[in-house]
Amino acid sequence: MNGVREDFREILRLVRPGSRVLDVGCGGGELLELLTREKQVDGRGVEISHQGVSACLARGLAVMQGDADRDLDQFPTGAFDYAILSQTLQATRNPRQVLIELMRIADRAVVSFPNFGHWRVRWSLLRDGRMPETRSLPEPWWSTPNIHLCTLADFTALVEDLGLRIEASAALADGKAARPMDPSRKIENWRAEAALFLLTRRSDGGEPDPLPDDLFGG
Amino acid sequence: MTIAAEPEAIEQDGGTWTFPPERPLVLESGARIDGLELAWRSYGRLNADKSNAVLICHALTLDQYVAGTHPTTGKPGWWTRLVGPGKTLDPARHFIICVNVVGGCMGSTGPTSTNPATGKAWGLSFPVITIGDMVRAQAMLVEALGIDTLLAVVGGSMGGMQVLQWAADYPERMFSAVVVASAPRHSAQNIAFHEVGRQAIMADPDWRGGDYALHGTRPEKGLAVARMAAHITYLSEAALQRKFGRELQRDGLSWGFDADFQVESYLRYQGASFVDRFDANSYLYITRAMDYFDLGAAHGGVLAEAFRKARDVRFCVLSFTSDWLYPTAESRHIVRALNAAGARASFVEIESDKGHDAFLLDEPVMDSALAGFLDSVATARGLK
Repeated sequence: MNGVREDFREILRLVRPGSRVLDVGCGGGELLELLTREKQVDGRGVEISHQGVSACLARGLAVMQGDADRDLDQFPTGAFDYAILSQTLQATRNPRQVLIELMRIADRAVVSFPNFGHWRVRWSLLRDGRMPETRSLPEPWWSTPNIHLCTLADFTALVEDLGLRIEASAALADGKAARPMDPSRKIENWRAEAALFLLTRRSDGGEPDPLPDDLFGG
Repeated sequence: MTIAAEPEAIEQDGGTWTFPPERPLVLESGARIDGLELAWRSYGRLNADKSNAVLICHALTLDQYVAGTHPTTGKPGWWTRLVGPGKTLDPARHFIICVNVVGGCMGSTGPTSTNPATGKAWGLSFPVITIGDMVRAQAMLVEALGIDTLLAVVGGSMGGMQVLQWAADYPERMFSAVVVASAPRHSAQNIAFHEVGRQAIMADPDWRGGDYALHGTRPEKGLAVARMAAHITYLSEAALQRKFGRELQRDGLSWGFDADFQVESYLRYQGASFVDRFDANSYLYITRAMDYFDLGAAHGGVLAEAFRKARDVRFCVLSFTSDWLYPTAESRHIVRALNAAGARASFVEIESDKGHDAFLLDEPVMDSALAGFLDSVATARGLK
């Protein structure tokens, strides 16, 4: 388990053994392979690049070439226990719709994204008056794939608007262990470099199983 | 479909399997074929636990000669990119089978065969066959060869339709499925192009109502025109432009109707060489089988129902961006149905400007996708 990305570690902790998982933007299948090995999940991936898809195939993973904006309609409603969207939401054309689709396909969504409200980002914009280039957002504005950046507060507002419930949330920072956080605290919008959420539908009859208390190991 | 490589030596077996009278092929139309003969080819050897058998299903005008040297044309087999020593499907590791389809003209029972009831060639009295009939015949042969479960059923174009049919009819007899450049049904445009081909054949006076064998003639002109029209659908506009542009055969125009343009000469050559290796009535019957193919309609109008029992089969579906004969949308339709059925489906759309024929050509992304998929399938099946 050494060398595993911190956000992967958290997702691994969140996902129940033997569940059905869709990883949207699964790259070469590192996370799916980890989940299959450690949690015996029945996994599927969606990946936009053919290099990623070929790598997944070679790992024996079931993967579809496609993108989050266009191709989630390929999956039937309620087909998965978890839909994972790791560091991709901000790069979609219609994040709101993508989130709706994730919650249609799966009972729970695991979503992570860089927080544009982080103090480094705010400071960079304030000081230079130019689009921030930070360690979590390293590319210049004209080449970044991140076309729909949002802050922690923006995201929680959207979650509220869509009638979703936050089951768990954590602040992520490069190379550091994930830290459980209360996203409603304003300070978190300053200090979380990136955030990871576990979302469910608020109430639609079928109450999801209760989750363990120690989601983030603390 | 020119392949430059030299034919390579390969361990192969095969022949013609004749089914006993008590095992007729009962057709979807209700007709039956007694004493069915299937011409087949195999490469490599069946292992002790019979777990390494791969069935390749061929496309409309191809045949069982996947690898090695083709006995009629002397050219290498049609899928030596995939099948051969050191290739993804390796005779040292796999037992690779390919069967000439029912209705074909390379040794399996078809309209050129002799009708045992009359002692004459079947001609148009041969019953209309379907993709389902082709697959049922293959399943009979696979069973006769003593194979319970195929490691993979693989096919492109019409071969892909057969793979889908296999998944619908015999999911318990296959471990994985590869569907390349194919569709779950024939579209209006597909049927339209086939109808042009059939009308060209039937308009040839030498066709003689299908009884040309009795008259000692061959409707070569009609069949050649059918091939020319079809060949255009196998290429993309970009591929034609890249290959030929407006290049002329000679300096200047003929001011007549010779093949001035290189593309004309190319198509004429394609037509002329096709008639040497293919039969006109077989062309009618096989194109008809493809036109009749609609896997969703055969399952109450819901394609996912066709795959309901195929949940344990691992699927790999591939399409090509410039294939307008069986466009990516058709493959996505398949994948959506597989997902709805809860099957393990993988899908890759390969960037290519070579059109439908790309599945037979140099496409490294296809090679690596197939290698990755089939290797992982072999591992999952415990193959060394």
